[in-house]
Amino acid sequence: MSHHIVPLKTNIITLSTLVFLTAVTVLTAKYIHLGENGNLVLAMFIACVKATIVFGWFMHLKYEGIMNRVIALCGLGFLLLFVGLSYLDLFFR
Amino acid sequence: MSTASYDKKTQAAHHFDSLDQQHEAGKQGVWLFMATEIMMFGGLFVGYFLYRFKFHDMYIVGGDSLNWQLGALNTLVLLISSFTMAQAVTETMSGNNKKALKLIYVTVACAFVFLIVKYFEYSAKVHHGMFPGFDMWNPDMTYIMSQLRESSQGIITADPANLRLFFVLYFAMTGLHGIHILIGIGLMFWIIKRIKNDEFSPKYYTAVEGVGLYWHIVDIIWIFLFPLMYLI
Amino acid sequence: MSQSDTHSHGGNYINCEKGLWSWLTTIDHKRIALMYFIVIMAFFLFGGLFAVLLRLELLTPEPLFMTGDMYNRAMTLHGSIMVFMVIIPGVPALLGNFALPLMIGAKDVAFPKLNLGSWYCLVIGAAIVVLSLFWGGVDTGWTFYTPYSAKSSDAVTLVVLGAFVMGFSSILTGVNFIVTIHKLRAPGMTMMRLPLFVWSLYATAIIQVIATPVLGITLLLLIFERTFGIGIFDASMGGDPVLFQHFFWFYSHPAVYIMIIPAMGIVSEVISTFSQKTIFGYKAIAYSSLAISAISFLVWGHHMFVSGQSGFLGKIFSILTMLVGVPTAIKMFNWVATMYKGRVKLDTPMLYSINFLSLFTIGGVTGLFLAAFSVDVHLHDTYFVVAHFHYTMLGGALMGFFSGLFYWFPKMSGKMYDETLGRVSAIMTFVGFNLTFIPQFIMGSQGMPRRYHTYDGVFAPYHITSTVGSWIVAAGFILAIYVMVRGMFKGIPCTEKNPWGGTTLEWSIDSPPIHENFTEIPTVTGRPYEYR
Repeated sequence: MSHHIVPLKTNIITLSTLVFLTAVTVLTAKYIHLGENGNLVLAMFIACVKATIVFGWFMHLKYEGIMNRVIALCGLGFLLLFVGLSYLDLFFR
Repeated sequence: MSTASYDKKTQAAHHFDSLDQQHEAGKQGVWLFMATEIMMFGGLFVGYFLYRFKFHDMYIVGGDSLNWQLGALNTLVLLISSFTMAQAVTETMSGNNKKALKLIYVTVACAFVFLIVKYFEYSAKVHHGMFPGFDMWNPDMTYIMSQLRESSQGIITADPANLRLFFVLYFAMTGLHGIHILIGIGLMFWIIKRIKNDEFSPKYYTAVEGVGLYWHIVDIIWIFLFPLMYLI
Repeated sequence: MSQSDTHSHGGNYINCEKGLWSWLTTIDHKRIALMYFIVIMAFFLFGGLFAVLLRLELLTPEPLFMTGDMYNRAMTLHGSIMVFMVIIPGVPALLGNFALPLMIGAKDVAFPKLNLGSWYCLVIGAAIVVLSLFWGGVDTGWTFYTPYSAKSSDAVTLVVLGAFVMGFSSILTGVNFIVTIHKLRAPGMTMMRLPLFVWSLYATAIIQVIATPVLGITLLLLIFERTFGIGIFDASMGGDPVLFQHFFWFYSHPAVYIMIIPAMGIVSEVISTFSQKTIFGYKAIAYSSLAISAISFLVWGHHMFVSGQSGFLGKIFSILTMLVGVPTAIKMFNWVATMYKGRVKLDTPMLYSINFLSLFTIGGVTGLFLAAFSVDVHLHDTYFVVAHFHYTMLGGALMGFFSGLFYWFPKMSGKMYDETLGRVSAIMTFVGFNLTFIPQFIMGSQGMPRRYHTYDGVFAPYHITSTVGSWIVAAGFILAIYVMVRGMFKGIPCTEKNPWGGTTLEWSIDSPPIHENFTEIPTVTGRPYEYR
């Protein structure tokens, strides 16, 4: 299960996708005006996609057992909670 | 001592039953450590978003006064280093330690390029009085004005005082990230030494994989920092 | 694998190697546990000394022998030592280290070197904190609230740095335990056959791994704030002091569950063993540990009801906080139901566990008062909070801790402590504790504010009772430590493998255990606590 060797080709495809998405990030942020929050959300969305790709392919999470995925998701979940509740405070203060 | 010498390539440490179990345990440990990294940087992201909500104009001014081309260059450099690291893990797993060694050298080179670019960025900021520490905060307003996009020209008069907070977060977040890069370089040299000692094999490569995971998390953090700091 | 034969001549883990150096470089989890025992007990006596001095100062309404500054410093030191250096590492790092691998049938924890490293992190961090005394001490309270902590004496930087280093100790222990529980269980030891202490350590480790890094970044920012003057928490530079409290309590509220959940695990073990009865509701206790650790992340704002947090969020946190009562009450019910119709033996560990049950119930229920938004506005920053906190931490966590120490004492040392004196210490701490803190509930509800070294004469009777009580608690704990230390050196050898009649794996091996714990890794065939 764990000794899955990721071939060179997959790594190259992963890298190209990431570079492409970086270009998309720059271009959308610089030349497409969606209003401040619109651009923020779009950029964060692309960043999340990129992070998922790194997690999945470079970090082999796609080939891992359930436990390590749960650990990674736990980290992200509690982080969202932290951001969310603190943000609520400022929003309603 | 119970760390009596044994062949790490074929034999597990005394408290494990098999190399497989040892490998799985090691990897899970690294993943848990990754969760702590996410939470640690997460704290700074909370700060970033809270202050963005309060002073969002200043974030636009601050973001514009950073050099996004250099930021994009660094993003590219880190992505490539992530690729070489991932490929180094692949090669170690297939037993090609020599190829892995070369790939790790490239990774280290990328890390140094990243830091050099960062050095130039930082010194430009310090030069223009944009370092928010000690008594060095004395921003060069004409310089900042010249950096602004047309659409944000009107903002600067509103409240330049809080611009400082953007740079606090900029230096705190990229600084902590830079420290992680430095630690990463240290870890790479450790791996290089162990590869040269011929310690790894397709059955025993946990350390390479662990350092790889660490390096990718550093990359992921930059993936978020780049748009948040430089672009929007 | 092949190493065990090289150590078999030594006998047990204590005497298999000799010399101070063999202890300082050991990677045997049992030896590391003993090293934790030494440093934690030293800190406990040190922190306790300050507690007694504080209470002594409060004997009279007028200042007795301390100035206000001295009082604040002593108070901060008492808090920081007890929280960061005693209770947080106490149960998980000391007893967890000793018992966890034995209970799941492993030869060691997953990362033995990391385990030693986390002991050194604790010692180095503690040394830095103690060093701060020479810079005049810290007077911010253990919470280091900004903006005061950003302006107060230089020693703050040192104490905060110390707490930062100790945070690593906590994280490393947490990582180690989670991996150990996942990967090193003996054959047949499924998750649903884990002893409940292991479940509680698991829940604790989750908090240690997820929450402690946030403390790390908070303290780091505070250090930057102090040394560079970056102003991230400074309102005059646009910063937000309340943000510090969000950061701090996002860690520090879950941290109180780092302190209490493992104590709950110990109580589960002790009550089942000393009632000689199958634990009531095994699954409920196991899952409620996880539930507490999850809910603990949702309630941090109840520390900030009056610090400028939004009222709307205050209400949400108030409701969420009440939720913690549910899994806690489930546990309480199960423990009492376990004792019901059991063959209860009132030995020292059991007496301490009963202390835990009664005192923690009071601590928990008063916690609900404080969780209620409107009530808290009246009670915040009074002795009511002080009493509540001590009922949960001293009456809960530390009573559980001592219960566990006495419970595993024969296994750790291979000797037996003096049972009579042990029982006396348990009763003394119980009586003294209530004498100390019940008056504090009363005067707190009448408006006596905390953290003052002088007070209005009308509170004098309460304060005097409280101070007298503190002497009895102190005497009780000193007696308990004396009983243990004396038992270690002069106790009657206890060659019996299973003096209490426990059913978990650690009672199936020699006391003290051999270097690699098990001569042969056992295969588990059933649940723990199968009595009769």
